[in-house]
This record gives sequence, structure tokens and C-alpha cells, in this order.
Amino acid sequence: MSKHDNTAAVKIENLSFHYGDRYVLERINFEIPNGAFMGLVGPNGSGKSTLIKCILGLLKPQSGKVSFFGIPLNRFKKWEEIGYVSQKANSFNTAFPATVYEVVSMGLFGKVGLFRFLNHKHKQKILEAIETVGMTNYVHRNIGELSGGQQQRVFIARALVSDPKLLILDEPTVGVDAASVSNFYQMLKSLNEEKGLTLLLVTHDVGVMSDYVTHVACLNKQLHFHGNTKEFKEVSKDGFSQMYGHHVHVLEHHH
Amino acid sequence: MSFPFFHYEFLQNAFLTGIMIGLLAPVLGVFIVVRRQSLIADALSHITLAGIAANLMLGRSSSFFQGLNPLYMGMVFSVGGAIGIEQLRKVYKHYEELAIPIIMSAGIGLSVIFISLANGFNTDLFNYLFGSVLAVKKSDVWTVFFILLLVFAFVLFLYKELFVLSFDEEQAAVSGIKGKWIQFLFIIMVALVIASSMKIVGILLVSALMTLPVAASLRIANGFKQTFVLSVIFGETAVILGLISSYYLNLAPGGTIVMISVLILLLSLAWKKWRVRKPILNE
Repeated sequence: MSKHDNTAAVKIENLSFHYGDRYVLERINFEIPNGAFMGLVGPNGSGKSTLIKCILGLLKPQSGKVSFFGIPLNRFKKWEEIGYVSQKANSFNTAFPATVYEVVSMGLFGKVGLFRFLNHKHKQKILEAIETVGMTNYVHRNIGELSGGQQQRVFIARALVSDPKLLILDEPTVGVDAASVSNFYQMLKSLNEEKGLTLLLVTHDVGVMSDYVTHVACLNKQLHFHGNTKEFKEVSKDGFSQMYGHHVHVLEHHH
Repeated sequence: MSFPFFHYEFLQNAFLTGIMIGLLAPVLGVFIVVRRQSLIADALSHITLAGIAANLMLGRSSSFFQGLNPLYMGMVFSVGGAIGIEQLRKVYKHYEELAIPIIMSAGIGLSVIFISLANGFNTDLFNYLFGSVLAVKKSDVWTVFFILLLVFAFVLFLYKELFVLSFDEEQAAVSGIKGKWIQFLFIIMVALVIASSMKIVGILLVSALMTLPVAASLRIANGFKQTFVLSVIFGETAVILGLISSYYLNLAPGGTIVMISVLILLLSLAWKKWRVRKPILNE
């Protein structure tokens, strides 16, 4: 497929982050293989969002290294290869006057560059990305008029429009109704299987997620588990007791 | 029918300046409003007043300042205030709006001191406070025209960046957009537009021209581009109708322009209500 096939999409080495003497992340080592659908789980306050921000370069860890496709973060320039969908509630004014089309077009701005305009090809790309997430009927609707699940689809389209190789989603289903959540995961799964997109999904929703992902990492300040989904289901009992500090039942869905 | 706006030079000046401001103020106003920084215009207009007052004061003792258009000193203060706001927003990260009252009260405080040192109010100052078509000079028209070109280039070439920064700063950072210097340039543009608008609408009313047309278009527009276009149409309508009617009815132009903006806002609210009810009636 590409020259990166043997390198991990993301590699994190010995990463630590602390506020003063309070450690949020402690010596994290893990990698996301190319083409994987990785679920990163952990309880509230386990440092999931901090880890994502360190990966994206929004926060600077005190020690450790992050690299994308074998290139260290500080020398990484191709940000259009990385799509990011944040927790909607944190960074979005629902009264903002922008149509679905306009929101998705923002995903291309970094790629198009300063002082340049979107051309016909870009416009085509925007419509394709909207189609991929099944929002074609809403192209000219204001983003604020849509439901939570639909808004998240639009943000996925915005992340997809620059043809990323890696898509990072931070708690994307917060505020999305339960019926839409499984549709949403199904869509992510097909992006992974059909388009070969590498995905990193951050969530506290362990049960549902484990039916869709190929790999799992469990985080609570330290990394407690890291492997494929099958191994995860075998060890999950011990893993969770250790991580959450008490016994947790993992919901299994047998189809 | 003879149209006096084409016969008198002072009216031509006021009209040309008004048309440019009717475009400039809402264009920047859209970004200010969606970033929830509507009060920035007020803070900057008051610090601009301090600049004007300083120039009038210095003009008493120095012939250099007496010959200088007070607009320039107003712009210097306005840009200084804009930089001050940006710095204060960094200092008070979690109380960003605190920068606005700080700069605003500093502006009023300085103005009062300068005005008292200049031995009180005169007509000139009154014109800056409330706007006057008689006060617009040819040199003002050229200054505003230069600012128009500057802002036009700025918004045209950085439209994408301004848009994404207003929508979602984190996303902008991830896609590699350097937000800091764009924000810095933006607030300087705002400062320049405020300083150049005050001859027509006056310091106390300038923020209205930046926010009211946007408030009206937000109610009815679909998407960002439409919000933009409607804001400009509303701004221009208010300025043109305001200037003409204030001339015929012998009213203060600034106040008339602002009240027409308020009227447009009320109409847009009513239209929105009517539009929302209509589909239900059709069912």
C-alpha cells in the first residue's frame, strides 16, 4: 500500500506528563500498527485526553517521544495525514453560523495553505467526505440544527476530507444518543476495513467498543494492557480489576 | 429632483466614507460576534477617544498637532489598546473578558484627563463622540480608503484561517494554522476600522455598526458566507438610509444610522418568527 507499511502509524516511547509533582501519564510505551482500529480505554481522569493532546502536539510532555509513521513529532509536517475529532462539547459553539459544507471544508484549510483558495477538486472532495458519513441530505443545513450524532458525523467528514492515514477520535460519542452510537461505531469499522484507515478511538465505553475495534489499550496513568481484541477479552477481568481498583464485568456481545 | 449628495463636497465625503464603513464594520463584525467578543469594539472606541482628546490637547500648545488630523492619533491609541487587550487576555487566561473593562476604563480615564487639560469640551470633540457629516474631510476619505484596501486584502487572503480560528481553535492548531499572529493582525484591523468609523457614527455608536447588522443576519442566514453577505447588506442599508434621512430630517447621522440598524434587527427577528410559523400553517 505505502512505504510506511512496516512502521507503526503512531509510536509512543517512555512518555511522561505531569503537572507539578502530580503525574498524569507515567512512562507510556505503545504503538498503533498501520491499519489497526485501536480502542484506548480508561476511567475518567486516567489521562486519556492528556495522552491524545501529547500525541497531537497540543501539550508538550516532560519526557518521552512521539512519532508518526516513523517521523518524530517535532519534525512531522504532514498534518493533513492526521485527522482529529475532539469531544464536541468542549470546542464547539452550536450557534455558530456554518453549514455542513462549510464545516467540512475547514478540514482542507491546512492542506490548501495560506493565501490560497479552494478549487473545484477540493469542492468535489468535500462532497465526497460528506457522502462517506451519510450526510449528503444535509449539505446546506446549519450545523447547529443537527442532532448530536449527526454533528459528530460532520466532524468525522471534516477529519476525512484531507485523506488522512490516521484518524484520532476523543470520546466522540459523548452526547450522542444510544441508538446512534452503534451506527457510529459501525461507520468507523467500515472506514477501517474498507478504506484501510488507521483509527485511534478514545472512550470510557469499554463494552460496546470492544465489538468493533481490532486492538485495545487500557490506560490509567500507566498503560495496563496493550494488544489485540481477542487477547483483551481473555485478560480483561484481571486488567480491569487492576485498573479501576475493583471488579468490573465486561459486557460480551455474542452474535 | 436634484440630489444634494452630488453637489456638496462635504456630503460627498461623508457619503463615500459611509459606504466604505458600511462594508468594513460588518465584515470584521462577523468574526467579532461569532468569537463572542462583541464588547471589544466598545473598549477600542473608548481608547480611540483618548487618542483624539490627546491630540486636541496637544494641539493647544503645538502647531504640529493642531495641523494633524486627530484621526491618526486616535488610530495610534486604538492599536495600542488592541495590543493591550491581547496581552491582558494572555495574563488572565481564564477571565479573558476582563481585558475589555480594563482597557475601556483606562480609555475613559485618559480621555477625561486629556479633555480637562484641553480646557473642556468643544464642538470638535462633540463631533467625534456622536458623529457628524460636516466633519468629514477629503483626507479622511483617503485614510478610510487605504484602510478598506488593507482590511479587504487581509480578509480575502486569510478568510479560511479566520473562519477556522473562529469556529474551533483547537482544530486550527491541529491542522497547523498559526493562530497567534492572525489574531494579532485581526485585532489591529478592528482597531483601525473603529478609529476610521467614528467621524461618521461617533465613538459612542461605532460598536453598533459592527454588531447590529451581524446580529440581524445571524437570525436569518444559513451558513457563514450568507451571514457575511447579509451583514454587509444590512450595514450598507443602515449607513446609506441613515445618511440620507438624517440630512433631510436634520437629525444626527450617527444616531440615525444606529436606529436604522436597530429597525433592521427588529425586522429580521419578526421575519424569523414569521418564517418559523409558516410551515406549521401549511401543514
